[in-house]
Amino acid sequence: MTLEAAVRVRRDGFTLDVTVSVAAGETVAVLGPNGAGKTTLLRALAGLDDMEGRVTLDGEVLDDTDRGVHVPAERRHAGLVFQDHILFPHLSVLENVAFGLRARGKPHARAAARRWLDDAGLGDRAEALPRALSGGQAQRIALLRALATEPKLLLLDEPLSSLDVSIRAEVRRELTRQLASFNGVRLLVTHDPLEAMALADRLVVLERGEVVQSGKPEEVTARPRSRFVADLAGVNLLRGHAHGDHVTVAGNEALAAAGAGEGDVFAVIHPRAVALYRTRPDGTPRNVWYGHVDSVDAYGDRVRVRVVGPVPLVAEVTRAAVQELGLAAGADVWMVVKATEVSAYPA
Amino acid sequence: MSRTRSRVPVLIGALAALGLLLFLLPLAGLIVRAPWNQTLAELTDPTTTTALGLSIFCSLTATAIALVLGVPLAMILARTHGTLRNILRALTTLPMVLPPVVGGVALLLAFGRRGLVGSLLYQWFGIQIPFTTAAAVMAETFVAMPFLVIAVEAGLRSLDHRYEEAARSLGAGYWRVLTRVTLPLLRPAIFSGAVLCWARALGEFGATITFAGNFPGRTQTVPIAVYLALETKPEAAITLSLILLVVSVAILVGLRDRWLGV
Amino acid sequence: MRKWLVALTALPVLASCMGTSGVCAVQMSCGVGPSRTMLTVFAAASLQPAFDKIGARLLTTSNIASTFSYAGTQTLTTQITQGAPADVFASADTAHMATVAGLLEEPSAIFAHNRLEIAVAKGNPKGIHSLADLSRSGLVIVLADPSVPAGKYAQQALAKANVTVHPASLEQQVTGVLSKVALGEADAGIVYVSDIITSGKVDGVAIPDGQNVIADYPIGILKSAQNAAGAKAFVALVLSADGQAILKTAGFEGV
Repeated sequence: MTLEAAVRVRRDGFTLDVTVSVAAGETVAVLGPNGAGKTTLLRALAGLDDMEGRVTLDGEVLDDTDRGVHVPAERRHAGLVFQDHILFPHLSVLENVAFGLRARGKPHARAAARRWLDDAGLGDRAEALPRALSGGQAQRIALLRALATEPKLLLLDEPLSSLDVSIRAEVRRELTRQLASFNGVRLLVTHDPLEAMALADRLVVLERGEVVQSGKPEEVTARPRSRFVADLAGVNLLRGHAHGDHVTVAGNEALAAAGAGEGDVFAVIHPRAVALYRTRPDGTPRNVWYGHVDSVDAYGDRVRVRVVGPVPLVAEVTRAAVQELGLAAGADVWMVVKATEVSAYPA
Repeated sequence: MSRTRSRVPVLIGALAALGLLLFLLPLAGLIVRAPWNQTLAELTDPTTTTALGLSIFCSLTATAIALVLGVPLAMILARTHGTLRNILRALTTLPMVLPPVVGGVALLLAFGRRGLVGSLLYQWFGIQIPFTTAAAVMAETFVAMPFLVIAVEAGLRSLDHRYEEAARSLGAGYWRVLTRVTLPLLRPAIFSGAVLCWARALGEFGATITFAGNFPGRTQTVPIAVYLALETKPEAAITLSLILLVVSVAILVGLRDRWLGV
Repeated sequence: MRKWLVALTALPVLASCMGTSGVCAVQMSCGVGPSRTMLTVFAAASLQPAFDKIGARLLTTSNIASTFSYAGTQTLTTQITQGAPADVFASADTAHMATVAGLLEEPSAIFAHNRLEIAVAKGNPKGIHSLADLSRSGLVIVLADPSVPAGKYAQQALAKANVTVHPASLEQQVTGVLSKVALGEADAGIVYVSDIITSGKVDGVAIPDGQNVIADYPIGILKSAQNAAGAKAFVALVLSADGQAILKTAGFEGV
């Protein structure tokens, strides 16, 4: 069972153009900053919004603009889990979970719903109303409600973002467990990289309506192709033109990079590899740049120092180092990066 | 409540007190000047009980019609946008701003024996609407339905679309979504709209007396009876007024915060 | 800014001078004319066409501007007993005038008589020729409420003729009955002769003297009149040959 989707949505000066293919048993996370078009994509796949293009699920055509085919949301076998559960407030938990079964005319809906709840360990909340539930419980029940109809496609819209950070981990674990036993196609959208990395087998990075990167989470973060992914991976990302051992970046600055190759490249420098000096150093490194400290942020024992200058970089140093060097906003620094620490790959 | 030294609260307090007096004094006058020793006799007087029974019947019927016609109208209004919506909105709220007597005249011109539609009804079926209880119900529906429509439309607009979308994603078709999700969630708005509609219908005078006329037991509702009684038997008028006052207070107290949300 | 305020406050003053209540009853305080005075007359609805003309006549002869409040006699009576400001009161029956007898300057005088007539649509399409015809089934009949003089008289006439009528509506003033017939909403109604003559939109069917009722119209000056002199002039005109001629033209019977 596979979802094949080529979705185009044009609205208010924004264009979404995404082609994605998801196989059953695989969880794909569509990751991107807010405004990238993630929810638009989800709603189009759910059949709630208009789109152009073609969507097929398990061989059945759900949308085909060329042939004028559009299966309305209520006839797709697609389960939808919203960001803030959207459980029907006037129905009990049991009635919520049974809703889809009733709608599809399945007999013994209540009994089936009760089984789903019991299996998930939520049987004791069956008669409660949604407003009596905790955020985590509500979200889990929302997932059960979608799963109860045994859909072929499960769509999750930022399933964890409305939850308290403290319970996110626990709900994430539950979610993973639940998803693992679901046999259909799973697609979730999120702007939270942690959510994506933890839940997904494959990442699709969406920015301004376009797919900029796709692949396994480790691959994507190891070789970021956009600022967004670079930020999420916590690395410095520069773009330039490679020529042998050098990469020329913006402002005609040259990076010495071992084995850079030829052509347009992304150059990645891990903040740990950036050394800071108060005076211009003498030594082997070819990459020495001057700059001013823009901000200093502590993360436990480590400190991230953001430096602006001809080559803007973020350096990660120890607290002691910050104190000894007297690094504060406005201070002059010299940055040093060994050529071997610059990794370049084709853009 | 803390005391402050600034002048503004005192001014606002004084103005508010004046406003409150404007409401309180007429009601106080009604209660204080009521001939309480005669009230019981008046309450059992046939004129009073007939008018009361008729008023309750007509106002409840008008509310029922308003529900059946008004909720779908509100649904259409909530889904339209732009110029069309403004036009429809203006039409449905017109009876609210029109002087009731004008409404009565308009009803005559539409449904009277020589009216636009009324003339056809008379010629083809011999149906005459003016001077009937149906006419009283129509007059009350005309002036009171807008209250229901406005309340329900507001309720619909403030409803989170996603509930209906969730229902659809679970396989619910149009009617199931409407009956199992939308209408139950709309119940507070429908309820407070219906109560306001009923209260307005109960108190309607101008359109009723113009379109339906005045006849005891058929079209003489409580407000009309009060108007008549004022000139012939003021004690009856006061008693009837007190009854309506008690009913209105009961409605408002019963609704408490709910109607303020409309 | 000041000028605007002055102008703004002057407007209501000017308006009330030229307006309805007897604020400017005293001569020379309005600047509208050397000796024009204002007069407030409460009169039964059936008197409107005749009194409008009499008021116009009074303006040209005595420079008195009359403002009329026409309504059902019972409504006016209630208003007067509640203290509404009026100089003259013309009632459609003696019973209502009797209730305000204590508020009159001097005993009232009868100034006109009226009789009842059946109003029907132009051309009398339903073929109504007598009071007895009013009890025919299928007819929509409208009467004035018994609390209105015209309604009371109508009941008396029907009783004399031994006819039972089931009216569709009981109107608050006799002109309401007339308008329902004129609009075509009612097939017939019992109104005054004067109403039919001045209306022109309906036809009349006479009621024989034996069944008819003669309404006595009294007129009185109120003790609380702001313009006593003007009130006297008005009453005098009503009782004069000129006034009586106007009343006769309107369908009333003179005294």
